Amino acid sequence: MERVVVIGTGQGGFQLAASLRQEGFTGRITLIGEEPGLPYQRPPLSKDYLKDGNDARLLLRPPDFYEQQRIEIIGSTRVTGIDRTTMEVETGDGARIAYDHLVLATGSRNRIPPIAGLDRPEVLALRTLSDARVLRDRVEHMRRVVVIGGGFIGLEFAAVARARGIEVAIVEGADRLMGRAVAPMTSRHFLDVHRGWGSSVHLGQFAEAVTDAEGSLAVRLRNGSEVSGDTIVLAAGVIANDAIAKEAGLATDDGIVVDDLLRSSDPNISALGDCCRFVEPVSGLVARLESVQAATDHARTIAARLVGQPKPYAAVPWFWSNQGDRKLQIAGYAPDADDWHVAEADGKLTVFCFAGDRLASVETVGNAGAHMAARRIFANAGRVPRKLLETADYDLNAVMAAA
Amino acid sequence: MPRITFIAADGAETVVDAGEGDSLMQVARAHNVDGILAECGGEMMCSTCHVYVEGDWLDRTGPADEDERDMLDFAPCEITDASRLSCQVKITDDMDGLVVRLPERQV
Repeated sequence: MERVVVIGTGQGGFQLAASLRQEGFTGRITLIGEEPGLPYQRPPLSKDYLKDGNDARLLLRPPDFYEQQRIEIIGSTRVTGIDRTTMEVETGDGARIAYDHLVLATGSRNRIPPIAGLDRPEVLALRTLSDARVLRDRVEHMRRVVVIGGGFIGLEFAAVARARGIEVAIVEGADRLMGRAVAPMTSRHFLDVHRGWGSSVHLGQFAEAVTDAEGSLAVRLRNGSEVSGDTIVLAAGVIANDAIAKEAGLATDDGIVVDDLLRSSDPNISALGDCCRFVEPVSGLVARLESVQAATDHARTIAARLVGQPKPYAAVPWFWSNQGDRKLQIAGYAPDADDWHVAEADGKLTVFCFAGDRLASVETVGNAGAHMAARRIFANAGRVPRKLLETADYDLNAVMAAA
Repeated sequence: MPRITFIAADGAETVVDAGEGDSLMQVARAHNVDGILAECGGEMMCSTCHVYVEGDWLDRTGPADEDERDMLDFAPCEITDASRLSCQVKITDDMDGLVVRLPERQV
């Protein structure tokens, strides 16, 4: 194999390139991305970056890394098509770049809900560094912000804004916060936390329109009420960037479908991270995950295969969200959870999520020890029967010894 | 500017000038020091920026607190009293001359 081409210069694309070199790949590596500049980390954009505004700290590696490792980055360039017959990608400026293996690390983009008036300049999104720069400038002058979407990003931003004394209103269409990602008890905990910080939270309320209000803006909710603010932050989830794969005839289903080696339906093309739909190994469920963990562990799995050491993907999923002083950590994947056990002590919250008789995930707030123990238990045991937890009286250290 | 020495598992030394206010992890990354991954970007979530603080320097950096120790427990290499997550060590002026060793691997 002479040349690996990666579409995407995010954390997953970067990791793929770095891991290929670590594994001893000597061929050509080319990363093509729509954003300008070098690969950077997104997680701090909704947290520390809004406070320190330090661009250099976001870079995954300094510029000389890419020279030393012979990793070619083509930025500000959109890939417009994949020709699987000639094994070439075509870019917006008409160039054709040949590949021996192609990796799709196209990530995801912000979902734009059908809300009238979103084209106003006071409506900001948060996905890219460029978005974050605009938001950071704006934060300096913000007095009242309406956050549309009560997921990780919206709530992380809300916590930062509130800590700066900005009035915050959070509008969430579902009847609880982070409903897609966490147990009802964890949602409740964070509802209390955000309300305790002084944010107003409107649950079960879809935003319908952004309109003018006296000297300011307002978000009109489905129930007819209005929430005013000088800035609107849109954080209504993301959509997988799988269109280019679909147009090339690859199997997609809200994400590029891959097997347990992260191969797409074309063996010369792999996909990783936010944009791919894969079999999550602990639960056995088909999943599309938006996380640093999935992007980096997928990348390592693909790199190992490309240098001739294929191993099925086996990483334990984990997630985090820092909201103010609250550290939410999740080990495992539990979209099918149907029962929960809650342990709360010394300001630490632990929620055990069960799917039938199987432990599906462990959510913790301010309890890093339990989180790491859960990750280890899933890594060692895979399937963890509920009985094991009950026998150990929900002591994860005892479970670890038994699992 | 505090001068910091990173010693890789194979003994190779990298000496760099650190910006004050940066974390040890940020210093390592800005200077392309191999062997620190820092996948979470410094939020103490991934445990892939483990270092061993050399000798008496632990008096300056301080030891890991309880949360940090809980995260370190999952790191793949041996954890000692000198183990720190480098993202949690803020560089101050009195750390000029600091020496840290890197573990063999981070994942």
